[in-house]
Amino acid sequence: MNLDGRRITIILIVGVIGIIYAIRLLFLQVINDEWKNQGVALTEKEVIVYPSRGLIYDRKGRLLVTNQTVYDLMVLPKDVKPFDTLAFCKLVNLSIDELRSGLLKAISWPNVKYKPSPLIKQITPPEYARISEELYKYPGFFGTPRTLRIYPQSIGALLLGDVAEIDKGELEKKPDYRRGDYIGKSGIEKAYENELRGTRGVKYVFRDNLGIERNVAEGKLDVAAVEGTDLIATIDAELQRFGEELMVNKRGCIVAIEPKTGEILALVSAPTYDPNLLVGRARGNNFRALNLDKQKPLFNRATQAQYRPGSIFKLAQSATALQLGIITPQTRIVCNRGIIGCHGSHSNDDLEMAIVHSCNPYFRGVMQRVVEADRDKTSRFKDARIGLDIWQGYIKRFGFGSNLGTDIPNVKTGLVPGVAYYDKWYGEFQWAFSTIYSLSIGEGEMLVTPLQMANMACLIANRGYFISPHTVKQIGIGGRPRDEYLVRYDSGIDTAHFTTIINAMEKVVGPGGTAGRAKLKDIVICGKTGTVQNEPKEDHAVFVCFAPKDDPKIAMAVYVENAGFGGTWAAPIASMMIEKYLNDTVSNVSEKKRILEANFLDR
Amino acid sequence: MSNNQAIQLGRIDWVTVGLYLFFVFFGWMNIYSAAYDASQPNLFDFDKEYGRQSLWILISFTLAVLTLLVEGDFFNKLAVFIYAFFVLLLMLVLVIGKEVNGAKAWFGVGSFGIQPSEFSKIGVGLLLSKYISSTGAKFKNWKTRLIAAAIIGFPACLILLQPDVGSVLTFTAFIFVMYREGLSGNVLIIGLGAIVFGVLSIISGATTIDFPFAGEQSGVWVLIIIVAIISILGWLFVKNFIVPRNRKTLYWIIAISSVASIAFSLSVSYIVEKVLEPHHRERIYVMLSMPVEREGADYNSQMAKITVGSGGFFGKGFLEGPMTQNNYVPEQWTDFIFSAVAEEWGFVGSVLVIGLFVYLIIRIINMAERQRSQFSRVYGYCVASIFFLHLLINVGMVIGLAPIIGIPLPFFSFGGSSLMGFTLLLFIFLRLDSERLSIFR
Repeated sequence: MNLDGRRITIILIVGVIGIIYAIRLLFLQVINDEWKNQGVALTEKEVIVYPSRGLIYDRKGRLLVTNQTVYDLMVLPKDVKPFDTLAFCKLVNLSIDELRSGLLKAISWPNVKYKPSPLIKQITPPEYARISEELYKYPGFFGTPRTLRIYPQSIGALLLGDVAEIDKGELEKKPDYRRGDYIGKSGIEKAYENELRGTRGVKYVFRDNLGIERNVAEGKLDVAAVEGTDLIATIDAELQRFGEELMVNKRGCIVAIEPKTGEILALVSAPTYDPNLLVGRARGNNFRALNLDKQKPLFNRATQAQYRPGSIFKLAQSATALQLGIITPQTRIVCNRGIIGCHGSHSNDDLEMAIVHSCNPYFRGVMQRVVEADRDKTSRFKDARIGLDIWQGYIKRFGFGSNLGTDIPNVKTGLVPGVAYYDKWYGEFQWAFSTIYSLSIGEGEMLVTPLQMANMACLIANRGYFISPHTVKQIGIGGRPRDEYLVRYDSGIDTAHFTTIINAMEKVVGPGGTAGRAKLKDIVICGKTGTVQNEPKEDHAVFVCFAPKDDPKIAMAVYVENAGFGGTWAAPIASMMIEKYLNDTVSNVSEKKRILEANFLDR
Repeated sequence: MSNNQAIQLGRIDWVTVGLYLFFVFFGWMNIYSAAYDASQPNLFDFDKEYGRQSLWILISFTLAVLTLLVEGDFFNKLAVFIYAFFVLLLMLVLVIGKEVNGAKAWFGVGSFGIQPSEFSKIGVGLLLSKYISSTGAKFKNWKTRLIAAAIIGFPACLILLQPDVGSVLTFTAFIFVMYREGLSGNVLIIGLGAIVFGVLSIISGATTIDFPFAGEQSGVWVLIIIVAIISILGWLFVKNFIVPRNRKTLYWIIAISSVASIAFSLSVSYIVEKVLEPHHRERIYVMLSMPVEREGADYNSQMAKITVGSGGFFGKGFLEGPMTQNNYVPEQWTDFIFSAVAEEWGFVGSVLVIGLFVYLIIRIINMAERQRSQFSRVYGYCVASIFFLHLLINVGMVIGLAPIIGIPLPFFSFGGSSLMGFTLLLFIFLRLDSERLSIFR
């Protein structure tokens, strides 16, 4: 039998297998991309690089909001080797039992021993520095950095706002956010989210078979993150702190604005809370507790509370009437207390004294002249419609009924009732001046926010214009505010008409005035008290003012709910705030003590 | 004693030795990469596979040198004892062996283990060579066939008891040896036909079809109906177109082959569906790209293919393969080491390795053919066939052309037993080959 050919057969079989395998490899490795793509999908992971969020400083450069890196001590159970538990516990300040339960938690569902779990959360940097030096002795334990928003001054919670993970609803509206991203929820954090946030970067890392990230991939596709922009807020941290101190144990608010610029110097809503409560792990529980608090600390009374304006509204009424030419400063109206009540002893005031005395019949008379001016002689109903329209036009130019264009999120607009409003309530031609005269003294249907009242004080201080109140004066250190905060809104009232009003306001804060308590030795304060009826409870004490008279640096509205008379409670607070801001001191120590000790929370 | 007993360095096939060294060192590099741990980069760290492999390499080199120093006649004369020794070890391991992954295949010494099945092929090769080269052994005779089958089958059965199906499969390598030495070529044809028909039976057997009248039945019946139809057509063909004197023989052939096919088909399908353990059935299904019920049953196969594909044309580079470096292929340094080669050295590297293996196998075949001694020639074929079968199954498994069968890639895979076994296997032949001009047996 000739077997020589069989060598060839066997060699052919070996060779053919070799060729088949080479062709198979050609398809797997070169021609077909499917396996390569699966490999990339498995091994490469896109990791988002979060830029650090912009910092916020106060107008004097004090740090209000910053980021703090803290460390979570993680444990990866599969890498843990037997270790000196006693020394470890001493190092990280845990008891043996805490360590044991922590380790058990790390390996019990839903944790697995292949995935790192936190053992101790939020270790401060100095503490972590101490621990990390020794950590090499304990395989399987390591620290991962986390960034928290920190509020070093612990003030201005509602003004500064807070950040938290984006929720589902927001996520649908904002496509460039992803689940788990942080976003400003309120205050400056929300209003300036785009500036503070910066731009996210991307880097690619390898991921092993257990999903654990490993060494860094090449990096040519990486995109660097752009840090968030720092902001200079308009508030004065010391003034804000002092305001919050004065408002302890009270409900109410203080809004202080620099009239010339519209910059908000302080925005206190009481009761307040430490903004650091809404940070990190504790946020959920603290938020729930604050939300359930009967005093509603999360409710921003300065921008969201809508009150009837009360007597302080007489200032706007005066200016409107003067501009309309319906009265002059010399116009006297008899204090006829038949239709509407009044207080104090006076009988026939001119405008200035009517403001000082807050004479209700006087301003009812003024309003009557505004609304019932015989512009339509056929019907007092038609006449009232024309008059109210004119009145509403002026009042709106004070900023009432609008959000003032402020950068504070979620402000309320209040209400300036007009023709449409009363038509809806009473029906067309069913109402006349006699129906709506309560408006004349700031009662009735009108609603304003404290921010709007402070803005009115600015307008008076500026003798006719205001700039939208805002909370950020520089975007980027040395930068500008938003363009809209450089624009003046003119009230349409001549500067001259403010002289009488301001002189009257000066007298209010003078001997015998309703806010005599607020007088300061060296600073001329112009103000107007108000007492908003709030039956059956105690009245709200209200005060608006600005100072100094000739070169106003600060204008303010103060509300103290259920405290009683404006001159007794609101005016002294405003006065101390002014002195604190302008002179950095408070001279009337006994008055300060009286305010600090007052408690109206239970009223 | 004549001078031919001393080793003559010039007669050693240094090309083969060079290939051997390349495989061993390149294999070591890939083990290093597959098991690489940045915290333990030391090549000789005994905690890591590459460290232990360095020890195995040293021992294997020593064994290679010692083997070259042994006179070739020794292997011929002591073939029976060597065979018996390894058979004894295979028996012993069943008694005192350490159970790893459900198989009693290891003698354990601390963290080092010895797997006697890797060495037993040497004994089988030597004894088979000795028997075939003995006068009177003719593959025409059933006696010769039975004795040869017994020599191969006895240790194979012992290994099957461990059980280690993968190692048993490599014993089919000896069919090539016997084919070369006169076993009918029909064995290869029938074998190939059986594989094709077996695959068809498995695929059709895994489906159920709604037959008219018979209801739901295994799909293998479709195959059987096709065989029956072909047989009838063949019968009609023979009846009408073949001269009468040849018809009877052909009728017999048609009858026997159709009955045999049907019986084979039914039994394969029955064994796969009813006898095999589910995880064995899964492996076969995975290889045939058939749907597998259990999630992750094809994980290793998938990961191996992805890792190979990840390499691309030029490869990701040493220690740079993302699949290899991130542990996607379990125990990649053992049976799946070729995937590391393919990922980090690319199409270029993997084809080079396959090409060099094919070259080595063909070279050994050609070396075997130049032997004057039949013993040396048969042994050479044994070596070539064993390497070929390991290459066929191991690489085929990694690139998805063979089922997941745990056998090593010679010289590449991590493990002392396989490296030492293959080294001895090869260097015994190199010694025999170096004596080719002076020895007649």
